[in-house]
Amino acid sequence: MSTAERLLRRIGRALRVARARAWPLLQAMRQGAMSGARAAAGQGQAMPEIPGLPSGLKREQPLIPVDSAASRALVAVIAILTFLAALAGGAAHMVATASSEWRSAISNEMTVQIKPDPRRNIEDDIARAARVFRGAPGVAEVRIVPRAESDRLLEPWLGAGLQLAELPVPRLLVVTISRSSRPDVEALRQSLRREAPTASLDDHGLWVGRLSTMANTLILAGVVVVLLVTLAAGLAVAFATRGAMAGSHDSVEVLHLVGANDAFIAREFQGRFLKLGLEGGAIGGLSALVVTVVLGWISLSWSSGPGADQLKALFGAFEIGWTGYLIVVSIAALVALIAGLVSRLTVQRHLRQMA
Amino acid sequence: MVRFEGVGLRYGMGPEVLRDITFSIEPRSFQYLTGPSGAGKTTLLKLMLLSLKPTRGLINLFGHDVTRRQNDALSAARQRMGVVFQDFRLLDHLTVYENVSLPLRVKGRDEASYRSEVIELLRWVGLGERMHSIPPVLSGGEKQRAAIARALIVKPELLLADEPTGNVDPTLARRLLRLFMELQRLGTAVVIATHDLNLMDQNDARRLVLADGYLHVDG
Ligand SMILES: Nc1ncnc2c1ncn2[C@@H]1O[C@H](COP(=O)(O)OP(=O)(O)OP(=O)(O)O)[C@@H](O)[C@H]1O
Ligand SMILES: [Mg+2]
Repeated sequence: MSTAERLLRRIGRALRVARARAWPLLQAMRQGAMSGARAAAGQGQAMPEIPGLPSGLKREQPLIPVDSAASRALVAVIAILTFLAALAGGAAHMVATASSEWRSAISNEMTVQIKPDPRRNIEDDIARAARVFRGAPGVAEVRIVPRAESDRLLEPWLGAGLQLAELPVPRLLVVTISRSSRPDVEALRQSLRREAPTASLDDHGLWVGRLSTMANTLILAGVVVVLLVTLAAGLAVAFATRGAMAGSHDSVEVLHLVGANDAFIAREFQGRFLKLGLEGGAIGGLSALVVTVVLGWISLSWSSGPGADQLKALFGAFEIGWTGYLIVVSIAALVALIAGLVSRLTVQRHLRQMA
Repeated sequence: MVRFEGVGLRYGMGPEVLRDITFSIEPRSFQYLTGPSGAGKTTLLKLMLLSLKPTRGLINLFGHDVTRRQNDALSAARQRMGVVFQDFRLLDHLTVYENVSLPLRVKGRDEASYRSEVIELLRWVGLGERMHSIPPVLSGGEKQRAAIARALIVKPELLLADEPTGNVDPTLARRLLRLFMELQRLGTAVVIATHDLNLMDQNDARRLVLADGYLHVDG
């Protein structure tokens, strides 16, 4: 005999014994009617289940009647609001990541541009400019961008067929700033002017400033949208709760009369609306995640096409990462929580007015 | 257990429905509240249930002056009472089983702990077969028995029943009366509002008679 069989047999025997013990007790209760019921109550949890409990017997139903049409409408409203809020939050997060990425990349570099002058030898100027930076405090690395590379940068703007060699194309030096100390940009600029008058130094400050302002505005807009949407969700739940309370005035009164206090009744409503909020939040949040993933695929297929780098630079990659998903999920949870809280407050106010 | 002193009540600006009511109800006592239709029986029960506030006078319940008490204290007092309403007040979206277990659920008890009690009581009042029906499909008498079961399930210290036999045949009425008397024997104070003389003749209990807004006590 296998272990499983032995176990099953043992359970069966235990059940039969329990049944046999319960039977006389039940008989006694039948005869004693009320007093029997009282005895049962005295024994409390120890009572075995009465045989013949109807299997379809409904238990633990919500005490306040459910208006299913109104509930569905509320779930839809919450789902739509959560969807919008999650997208806005996700977008804000994406802009924040993208901008901080290139902000750090760009502000770790300076660019030196040397304009060609027919009276000067440009290669000499480049070498002299490079010497100014090499060895200067705060400079980690100086790289002379080869002519071929700067031509390639221009290609998308001017077209491939052009003979760039004939054009006075400026040459570039990329200066990488060391992580530990910042260079003295003004001093470097002055010595550069002495050594190579046609050179100019760009520390990217203007760019970083402007792009940061733009990125911050976008992020702020996203946060404001999230706040507005949560407010709207709260208002929608408040109205729905009022409607539900007006519709179930009789049930609330009966609950009061059998001894329920305000907190108990508020819990009934709060539980219901928390559930509706969770449902709507889950639907809205999931849709937002799906949309993000689909956009990610689309952007992936673009990235093989032309112009992908520019798109990526502007919007960042459509990879919102774990923080992004976390933001979407917590917005959905926030909306559900607000639904529960607002309904509780609304009910408590209503009950105080009723008294 | 219940003490009224010079209690008066008027609805809005209308005439006084109850005037200068003074009486008390002892623990483990049994009494009828009677009087013609419109005399104010239901009104008096509502005062005891604290769902109406008196316009004057004092009401003392379970040793506390309840005329100036807050909501939560009222619910605590109500949990010690069982009430059968004249219009039943069952919740139409819940089954009979759930309606009867409502006071226990409100007390925060676990469903498994009261299941057998509720079913036993439902069988006793003859609703064993109807426990998963909802009130709208029940007959008047069945609703009444469900309402009675809901009042009895908490083993109240005070039972208030408003016309509890108004919708049942005389045999069942006698059976229900025996149930109330059994309850009193086990320690509950029982107040039954009725104008059914046959019912009151079944036992020799104190009678509180309402007429013209005044109350006088027989026996
Ligand atoms: N909410 C109310 N507003 C105004 N008047 C009311 C209200 N409830 C009851 N009344 C009046 O108070 C009086 C007493 O009513 P109550 O219901 O207490 O009588 P009752 O003795 O229970 O009658 P019945 O035997 O028919 O049930 C009646 O005249 C009734 O019209
Ligand atoms: Mg009445």
